[in-house]
Amino acid sequence: MTTVLPERGSGGERPGGQEAGALGVADHLAMFDAAIAADERIEPRDWMPDKYRSGLIRQIAQHAHSEIIGMQPEANWITRAPSLRRKAILIAKVQDEAGHGLYLYSAAETLGADRDDLLDKLHTGRQRYSSIFNYPTLTWADVGAVGWLVDGAAITNQVPLCRCSYGPYARAMVRVCKEESFHQRQGYELLLALSRGTPAQHAMAQDAVDRWWWPSLMMFGPPDAESSHSAQSMAWKIKRHSNDELRQRFVDICVPQAEALGLTLPDPDLRWNEERGVHDFGAIDWSEFQEVLRGNGPCNEQRVTQRRTAHENGAWVREAAAAYAAKQAARTAADTTDAGAAHPAGADSTGPEQHTEGGPAV
Amino acid sequence: MTVEQPNTPSPQAGWPLWEVFVRSRRGLSHTHVGSLHAPDAALALRNARDLYTRRSEGVSLWVVPSAQITASSPDEKDPFFEPAGDKPYRHPTFYEVPEGVRNL
Amino acid sequence: MSAYEQPPGGGTPGPEHRAALALGDDALVLAQRLGEWAGHAPVLEEDVALSNIALDLLGQARTLLSLAGDEDELAYLREEREFRNVQLVEQPNGDFADTIARQLYFSVHQELLYGQLAGGRGELAELAAKAVKETAYHRDHAEQWTLRLGDGTAESRRRMQSALDGLWRYTGELFQPVEGVPADWEALASGWRNVVGAVIEQATLAVPEGPQSSAWSAGTGRQGVHTEAFGRMLAEMQHLHRSHPGASW
Repeated sequence: MTTVLPERGSGGERPGGQEAGALGVADHLAMFDAAIAADERIEPRDWMPDKYRSGLIRQIAQHAHSEIIGMQPEANWITRAPSLRRKAILIAKVQDEAGHGLYLYSAAETLGADRDDLLDKLHTGRQRYSSIFNYPTLTWADVGAVGWLVDGAAITNQVPLCRCSYGPYARAMVRVCKEESFHQRQGYELLLALSRGTPAQHAMAQDAVDRWWWPSLMMFGPPDAESSHSAQSMAWKIKRHSNDELRQRFVDICVPQAEALGLTLPDPDLRWNEERGVHDFGAIDWSEFQEVLRGNGPCNEQRVTQRRTAHENGAWVREAAAAYAAKQAARTAADTTDAGAAHPAGADSTGPEQHTEGGPAV
Repeated sequence: MTVEQPNTPSPQAGWPLWEVFVRSRRGLSHTHVGSLHAPDAALALRNARDLYTRRSEGVSLWVVPSAQITASSPDEKDPFFEPAGDKPYRHPTFYEVPEGVRNL
Repeated sequence: MSAYEQPPGGGTPGPEHRAALALGDDALVLAQRLGEWAGHAPVLEEDVALSNIALDLLGQARTLLSLAGDEDELAYLREEREFRNVQLVEQPNGDFADTIARQLYFSVHQELLYGQLAGGRGELAELAAKAVKETAYHRDHAEQWTLRLGDGTAESRRRMQSALDGLWRYTGELFQPVEGVPADWEALASGWRNVVGAVIEQATLAVPEGPQSSAWSAGTGRQGVHTEAFGRMLAEMQHLHRSHPGASW
């Protein structure tokens, strides 16, 4: 127990201190491990190992970056969507991705990270986002393939995260998964309309699936044997299933869906394995994955540049709003002083503050 | 005690963090849903509306500067919350009621 | 007159049909412009806000165009000269201040107009009664940002004033009577000037003084005469749909 009172402004969902107080680090670690073992959630102000904190910040930030970089390949088709219904759906979907990015940055900030700092790391290439978004959306059918395969893979990855040990991340993921359920469906429906449409539309759909299938399988990350962060993440219940397990689950889900679409998956080795009760599939070209990860994908430079440009072009707007808020706060403070002077008896000198509007002083 | 102060506005943007509470329907309390950045209270409220109630999740919103929340410390969990645990006489199940007595 | 100005049942297009086209095109074209912001906004929260406004407008456009015919045929298969939107809404996004100025001018107009129409009867009144709530939020958004940019930094102030000045010449068209729209256009014009003037002044900026229309007598957006940027916008919007004649999506 510590005798230090909680500090004003230390925040409800803000990180707590890491000083051990009367309890030693060993006691804290034991309590942390017990909470994980009992499947309890870790909350922002709880003591946690530094590596748990830093690993989570890295993972949540990468996840948030993926959401906002992921807006680009789809926003690419908003202005050209071929029907007004599809245009509305696509705007709503891209908007959700911005929203999901915000939920996730919000979760990362409960660990003591700062969003501006995380964005800066994204803009300067010091933090990553999902490599899948380094591929281009060349035709309208790509919007469908991204929804069906990319969002499908993302959901397969994300559903287990709703039970992740860190409370704010798990809660953000519950919200994300709830909202994402429409994303995959709209993609599938879009592809179905194309597949059953004119021969040109059908060919467009098949071409998109041919290009997006393998990169989608790579979204689950390297094979378990080579995954650098997996073991610790599993022990801490941040991650609940291995990369290969989830990849297999995804393949098994997609095969019948592709059949129903009337489209083929571009893998000659893909077949049902009666003995194992799952589908066998061909070898993934991990050299492509490594190359794209290293920056040699078709759109790496383009994606980061657009993000950085939007941020830089918006600097004057953010500064203007901050300056306005500061002026308003100063005006309110001046009014309060005047009001105090007008009532020298000072019976209720805190009164005017209760009616304060506008932002806090920055 | 607190070693990190994430609420200090960064010099670049200066948009502080706000906590968002949503009343999902009449008859329920406001519930914490997350946070967002905004330069002032008016925009915080509008951003909260756009971000957290896109799917009709709410009928009322509160936004509170994160820096204004005072929280209990997990380290003080025991002195804060444990003493309440051994006062079963606060709960109706503590009391015996003779069989056949109703509406009690 | 083009085939696409025919009402759904054939025959001569009535005034309601023309009204739905004019107001529907306003909403559609502005939604298209706002859709261009996705992924480019100054801050993520604003990406979400601008998309919300675009979605409201697109919803209004779909309802209105459906009153006049098939929404997709009208949106994708008409030529530039057949669109009846005001030139204000087709102006390119420019910087964030240009977009906010366009939003301020248009949303104040739309809120006042829908407010008037909501009291009437018929399909247009029904749409207006629902849309006026959305539009009130759009106006509030534009107002909040006009204040912040006008009374923010020296740079934002300069940009906001220049945006208000630049778009001023497209505002006169907002008050040209539209056949089939039962509005009090004079009241609309004076109401608009009051609201817009008050916001601009509160933002410590100057109400523009120049003419509210250009000297060109060929016509305005309501007559199908548009600006150069509009053709390019339509080409982008329509090309995929037109590349696959008769296809469903």
